[in-house]
Amino acid sequence: MRLFEASGWGLRLERRPRASRIMRIVSSPLAALAMVITGFLVLGALGKDPLTAFKVFFIEPVSSLYGIGELLLKATPLMLCALGIAPGYRANVWNIGAEGQFTAGAITGGGVGLFYGAFLAHWALPAMLIAAVLGGMAWAAIPAFLRTRFRTSEIFVSLMLVYIAQLLLSYLVHGPWRDPAGQNFPQSPPFADNALVPTLFAGARVNLGFVFALLLAGVSWWFGSATAAGYRLRVGGSAPAAAAYAGISERANIWLAMMIGGGAAGLAGICEVAGPIGLLQPVISPGYGYAAIIVAFLGRLHPLGIVLASLLMSALYLGGESAQLELQLPSSVSGLFQGALLFFLLAAELFINFRLRRVRSSRARVPAPTAA
Amino acid sequence: MNIGTWVAIAASAFGAATPLIYAALGELVTERAGVLNLGVEGMMLVGAMSGFAVGVSSGSLLLAFLAAAGAGVLIALLFAVLTLSLQTNQIATGMALTLFGIGLSAFAGRSFVGLPIARVPAVHIPLLTDLPVLGPLLFHYDPLVYLSVALCALIAWLLKRTRAGLRLRAVGEAPAIAHALGEPVTRIRYLAVLFGGAMSGIAGAYLSTALTPMWVEGMSAGRGWIALALVVFGTWKPWRVLGGAYLFGAVTVLQLYAQGLGVHIPSEFLSMLPYAATIVVLVVICRDPRTILLNQPASLGRSFHPG
Amino acid sequence: MVEQLASSGGAVPRLVLQGISKRYGDVIANREVDLRVAAGEIHAVLGENGAGKSTLMKIIYGVTEPDAGSIQWEGAAVTIRSPAQARRLGIGMVFQHFALFETLTVAENISLALDERVAAAQLAARIRSVSERYGLPIDPQRLVHSMSVGERQRVEIVRCLLQSPRLLIMDEPTSVLTPQAVRELFATLRRLAEEGLSILYISHKLDEIRELCDTATVLRNGRVSGTAIPRQESNASLARLMVGTELKECHLEPHEAGAIQLELIALTLATEDPFGTALRNLNLRVRSGEIVGIAGVSGNGQKELQAAISGETLCEERGMVRLCGQQVGRLNPAQRRRLGFGFVPEERLGRGAVPGMDLADNSVLTGAGAGLVRHGLVQRDAARAFARATIAEFSVVCESEQARADSLSGGNLQKFIVGREIRLAPKVLLVAQPTWGVDVGSSLQIRQALIDLRQAGVAVLVISEELDELFAICDRLAVLAAGRLSVGVPSAQLSGEKIGQWMTGGFEAAACADLEHAAV
Repeated sequence: MRLFEASGWGLRLERRPRASRIMRIVSSPLAALAMVITGFLVLGALGKDPLTAFKVFFIEPVSSLYGIGELLLKATPLMLCALGIAPGYRANVWNIGAEGQFTAGAITGGGVGLFYGAFLAHWALPAMLIAAVLGGMAWAAIPAFLRTRFRTSEIFVSLMLVYIAQLLLSYLVHGPWRDPAGQNFPQSPPFADNALVPTLFAGARVNLGFVFALLLAGVSWWFGSATAAGYRLRVGGSAPAAAAYAGISERANIWLAMMIGGGAAGLAGICEVAGPIGLLQPVISPGYGYAAIIVAFLGRLHPLGIVLASLLMSALYLGGESAQLELQLPSSVSGLFQGALLFFLLAAELFINFRLRRVRSSRARVPAPTAA
Repeated sequence: MNIGTWVAIAASAFGAATPLIYAALGELVTERAGVLNLGVEGMMLVGAMSGFAVGVSSGSLLLAFLAAAGAGVLIALLFAVLTLSLQTNQIATGMALTLFGIGLSAFAGRSFVGLPIARVPAVHIPLLTDLPVLGPLLFHYDPLVYLSVALCALIAWLLKRTRAGLRLRAVGEAPAIAHALGEPVTRIRYLAVLFGGAMSGIAGAYLSTALTPMWVEGMSAGRGWIALALVVFGTWKPWRVLGGAYLFGAVTVLQLYAQGLGVHIPSEFLSMLPYAATIVVLVVICRDPRTILLNQPASLGRSFHPG
Repeated sequence: MVEQLASSGGAVPRLVLQGISKRYGDVIANREVDLRVAAGEIHAVLGENGAGKSTLMKIIYGVTEPDAGSIQWEGAAVTIRSPAQARRLGIGMVFQHFALFETLTVAENISLALDERVAAAQLAARIRSVSERYGLPIDPQRLVHSMSVGERQRVEIVRCLLQSPRLLIMDEPTSVLTPQAVRELFATLRRLAEEGLSILYISHKLDEIRELCDTATVLRNGRVSGTAIPRQESNASLARLMVGTELKECHLEPHEAGAIQLELIALTLATEDPFGTALRNLNLRVRSGEIVGIAGVSGNGQKELQAAISGETLCEERGMVRLCGQQVGRLNPAQRRRLGFGFVPEERLGRGAVPGMDLADNSVLTGAGAGLVRHGLVQRDAARAFARATIAEFSVVCESEQARADSLSGGNLQKFIVGREIRLAPKVLLVAQPTWGVDVGSSLQIRQALIDLRQAGVAVLVISEELDELFAICDRLAVLAAGRLSVGVPSAQLSGEKIGQWMTGGFEAAACADLEHAAV
């Protein structure tokens, strides 16, 4: 590759004969470090004392039990969605619509809670969870079906379905599901106690969803490394010709990947609306489904990495909120850092497969198409 | 419902469609070169903020739009370096660009929230603007609306009839063959991505200086994603994208008037139509490998490794 | 426009290659090759795959440079460093696999490929006049995707002609043409030669070469094995030059073959790939305890045949392929494996093994049915043990069973894949190009492993382009040419000449009935 060579820097990017193991492990922490340093520089340039900023951003939010709870709470939907889409990404199935499957799960699970909550008594919550998972799966079934049957790109279909899901939710809370006692606000009646996801400990909002997320991480690890289905997904993604040779069905892989993603996102959705939010309303997510894509890559598509990456992203969200209160910075500074983090990571990943070399100038040659 | 109301609806549809047109046409050029840039939303916001900021500080709307285009180019450059030179995954990088753009624009624009700005004025063409119905319907928009149509014509012509457009299409279809023929694939893709950034920037600036003259973080409210849908809906052809933008714009506006029009379909379902339609279009063109080839740039989203 | 060039007749030859040598690592592609082409001469370059034709053409067209030797172009010594330079000298090349953009028109495609800028209207006019003049009518405004393969080839030829070449290299031009289109092409080429254009015609189709070409240079194993005037030769004599007469003798102990384990019955398979080959009515039987070989130049249906037998492409009818007596035409690869089928494909990395996975995981790829997967769980310990045993038994050089597949050399990876398939105890083993790109030592081991399998009563089918190898290990040989299969004949009864003739299509295809009467 002639990126730097052309500009006369005398450096060249050259493919390594074998991927660098060190860089594999070190790239994410390196990227995080780079982001933090950049953050300091930026904040410093803006006249904020870096040390205070660091304290406000990273330390304060988690310095109370409630704060730790918030950290875990925000990490939950990120973890669930990212764990859901990661196996698919490894298999070259690009589910971009986790945000929509999240919403679909919230709708189906929430619907069960609203209408059958009383009838089901203490079975309400399990029913809601199952309904949410099924709802997310059903929403993900659409791109799966269109891809396997009609070769339609799951990227665009799942993306469009995000909007449709959000509009559906908006319709429901503005219309048929609106709380009659809610003073005309577009929101559903709040969920009854038996229809709420229980919190984990007093004094914090983090709920059972976090436990589900950790369980899913464990299951995901086991699935990827120990099961034949996980093996088939991995082969399908990295060597399609080998998958055909082995008789691995591409269709089965696509369906499996999408169902996992949809189910996990649906679960995340219900844990959010039947958790901290407590009812259905038009906006139920600050873009968790999209951020999960970043979390998945940050975590290198591996369950352990995703757990850590979710916590980091969650910290960034919290940091942003804290910075908004204490430093008068807009909360969206989180997005700034999250994006920068991913940029650094993607760049750092480069060095897993490539290295910089000094080079003397050499004539560039344009190769012709090779004869058979 | 009298004619006047219909004209008003149509007029706001044109206005609503215009930022979509700029962003979608920019993304169309990018995608025709084979690069999928999901970061349109982020680029639009960066453009909206920069345009607004420069517009308020300098008082010159021309400078505002130039600044917006420039900002779009800069942030697209980031994407281009990562995906084209460093070969990072286009989808992940696009998502990062979205988040980054949203955050950066909010962050950098925080001192401009709530400030007033003079709206881009509508043109007044001597005889035409004063015509009874056609006047307000066709001849009373700000210059950017007309420019967007001209841009569409320009891009359509460039793609179809010029050598530059030919080279771009070749790169998007088969970069390996193009490379073997001696085309600078990476350079062409860079230019396409940067053009997309400039257009998204302008689209954003239109939002903050013409459509709803103000700056608020996240004000594009998902229009970037709609622009992405538009490119697919229009099967990567400029005039279809233009038509689609007017359709999407009309639907957006119509749903506000739906009740008054006696339409009893809930407005949300009306709003769903464009997205559902995009899915249908996708299914239709993807069913047959031939039509995919004829409509979708074959190398879209895949990294190209020269040498 | 092709200029009227004076024919030389004793004057300076157009192209002279002297002592051209080129090696890629251990492999010597060209060994002191001499070549001489006069003006207006149609010169054939013959040889099997791997004989060195492609490399030689790459050198002439400037894609690569020789390690030794000289090139003289119209009397002057030249070094050809790039295709652009070759074109400037006046050398054009029509590739076997066309590099055309499907969604663009003919004129747009040609415009992109030309070195000079020409205005659209002018270009269209030139395309029309050149194409009509040489009997290659094409409409400049047509979109390439709507054109047949023959028409696309015309686009490639016209593109070359527009740059006024003095030497045109054509690489296997008739492999994708109908007989009618071949006639038209020959008329065109003769016309061009009359006007003084020299043509280098690469092919292995002896009939065509004898019909069209003035002279021929035959390559074998990188060397020139002879030159000839095709019209004065017979197919047999040309085949002898191509293939050689000293073929290894088969040293296999005579062995009673047992029950029929693999049967192809009227196997017919269409292909959607314009460059693919349709299989037409193939009939074959492979019994346990014998090795049957299928020879043939690549591109004659080998890939399609492999996919049909392995299950990667399903047949129209179940009965077209039978494994161990069962009709498997509609079963997928995993199902066929369960019935006792093993397969070593010609592509190692990416198909026979997953590059990024270690050897233990790669064992699971086809070993799922052999206890490496149970109750839906990968038995990692069993997989590691399996991989270790395979490595030991087949002397695979690698770090350990946890080494990534892409860290092994070609030969060692091939030994691992062959070993894996053999250790899964198949009843039928299909092997494609078993020793392609493999070092000598590993090749011997692999061949011996196949012979041992035969001893153990497995039915082995080998598809290979290397005749020496086939003669050394096969009981019977058949030839695949243009999607048709010849009768399988004991290798002792075959000569190099006959095989060469068969490989260029001169045989009666095996019909169902023949199998009843086939020897052994």
